[in-house]
Amino acid sequence: MSEKVLMKGNEAIAEAAIAAGCRHFFGYPITPQTEVAAYMSKRMPKIGGVYLQAESEVASINMVLGAGAAGVRVMTSTSSPGISLMSEGISYIAGSDVPCLIVNVERGGPGLGGIQPSQSDYFQATRATGHGDFHMLVFAPSTVQETVDLISDAFDLGDKYRMPTMILSDGLLGQMMEPVVLPEPKEPTDDKEWSVRGHQGKRPHNVVNSLYIDPAVLEKLNFERFEKYEKIKETEQRAQEYLVDDADIILVAFGASSRIAHSAVDAARKQGIKAGLIRPITLWPFPEKAIEKHVGHAKAFLSVEMNMGQMVEDVRMIVARRKPVHFYGRTGGVVPTPKEVLQQIVKIDGGEL
Amino acid sequence: MSVLRKRVTVVCGHYGTGKTNLSLNLALDAAEAGERVTLIDMDIVNPYFRSSDHAGELEAKGIRVIGPNFANSNLDTPSLPPMIGDAIAEDGRVIIDVGGDDAGATALGVYAKQVSGSAPEVIYVVNKYRSQTTTPEESVEILREIESAARIRATCIANNSHLKQQTTADTVLNSVPFAERVSELTGLPIIFHTVPVGVDILNRIPDYYRVRVLVKAPWEEAESDAEGHC
Repeated sequence: MSEKVLMKGNEAIAEAAIAAGCRHFFGYPITPQTEVAAYMSKRMPKIGGVYLQAESEVASINMVLGAGAAGVRVMTSTSSPGISLMSEGISYIAGSDVPCLIVNVERGGPGLGGIQPSQSDYFQATRATGHGDFHMLVFAPSTVQETVDLISDAFDLGDKYRMPTMILSDGLLGQMMEPVVLPEPKEPTDDKEWSVRGHQGKRPHNVVNSLYIDPAVLEKLNFERFEKYEKIKETEQRAQEYLVDDADIILVAFGASSRIAHSAVDAARKQGIKAGLIRPITLWPFPEKAIEKHVGHAKAFLSVEMNMGQMVEDVRMIVARRKPVHFYGRTGGVVPTPKEVLQQIVKIDGGEL
Repeated sequence: MSVLRKRVTVVCGHYGTGKTNLSLNLALDAAEAGERVTLIDMDIVNPYFRSSDHAGELEAKGIRVIGPNFANSNLDTPSLPPMIGDAIAEDGRVIIDVGGDDAGATALGVYAKQVSGSAPEVIYVVNKYRSQTTTPEESVEILREIESAARIRATCIANNSHLKQQTTADTVLNSVPFAERVSELTGLPIIFHTVPVGVDILNRIPDYYRVRVLVKAPWEEAESDAEGHC
């Protein structure tokens, strides 16, 4: 499978998951994500996997919990409103320490919103995908190739830390076509010592559960989980830097907006403005170190997002008023253009902002 | 010389083979040659990256664009306007950009009578590099599904093999045997091989059709725009 092929982002999500050994998909169609489910419905029966279209997102995510508890690689995918419906189940999954992959190909909101691309689920993905104290590892690819690469990592790290992971994509990345090289396929594995799949009288009974009668026991478990989160914050932050070392104005953007920001940085450089880009690849844990490293020499930061200003709060938290942090965003399914972003850079450079 | 041999041209194929980009090129070339052109965006499957996105630039060239009622909106409601049937029957050049696969071709099936009655050119677009149609046999399988859903037979093959921005002369040249095999398996002639502007094949393919890359991501589109402002 090492030949370069042209794939739609959504198809690449499905094929990459299969290559990572995922044989269980439960979902419910929603634009602009539907090709993931459509692709899985064609491929899974051919490779001995399970594709099941549930009656709703609520049902799908609980099927994911069940399959994940049995120790298999499992995933679901949906778009923004679907994640809201799944939020209870995602919390149960996190509370049960079950690994699984959740894909969100974001569309415009709030409410039913619309089918055009958006990044307005950043808060939801990084702060509160469901009730209770928990986090998920959240990855934000910016190309179809990176989507493929991150899916394998997301499954592996989910297994390593026993937690749900999310690929936060958007309609633009899901619908666009780019050349990709798929990885060598891995065999599915299900040999997790904690999983519930029948002990055959050979080992003690395993329990996967998120209900705890004794508050002290639940508190202890939450403490332990947050110790794990601290370790993840220390070791799993990822970001890509572009022309930042000498940059005066540092853009911060993820996913599709990072590609727009990238074009704007190039255009600014041509005008002699020292602009650069930090592209968070993990949104949780947020790449604090990459930002901190450049607070000293940067004159200003500009967060570019397809929302009303969500990630900018994380940037501001790290910059902590040492330098100005600006925001530019479009929302409701409108995609910012490199020209608009360039105008913001020029204004910051000229002291107008 | 126009590559269009019939008044009505249907462009169909697997998702992502480049039907829209080809349709746009055919329409623009015909309009630039002074013809009266109607481009029908019949894609009711794909929510983004469609002919209707280019309505402004097409209409500026005098091309009439007919698209699904809710194309380019925030609504995912597959419905087509009533004037399509008339547009196919009227005089003037008609190019129909059909949605991908059998699912997309189903919409064309509704107009099978009018389309067949016009003795159309039905171009089956192939792309060797498109996942799931990388073998000629897979490509033929999808053609049969499309023909069945569209209730119409293909009349020729267009080799539109490309890897988007990574397309080189070798990308095009290496795809020729693939297209020839699809042609052999189906008995359909190859109408042309496409070569994107900027790729030099040193005339190693006699019958090629030069295409402009018009379907782009927002950051590619606006790059030149942003530069223009410097």
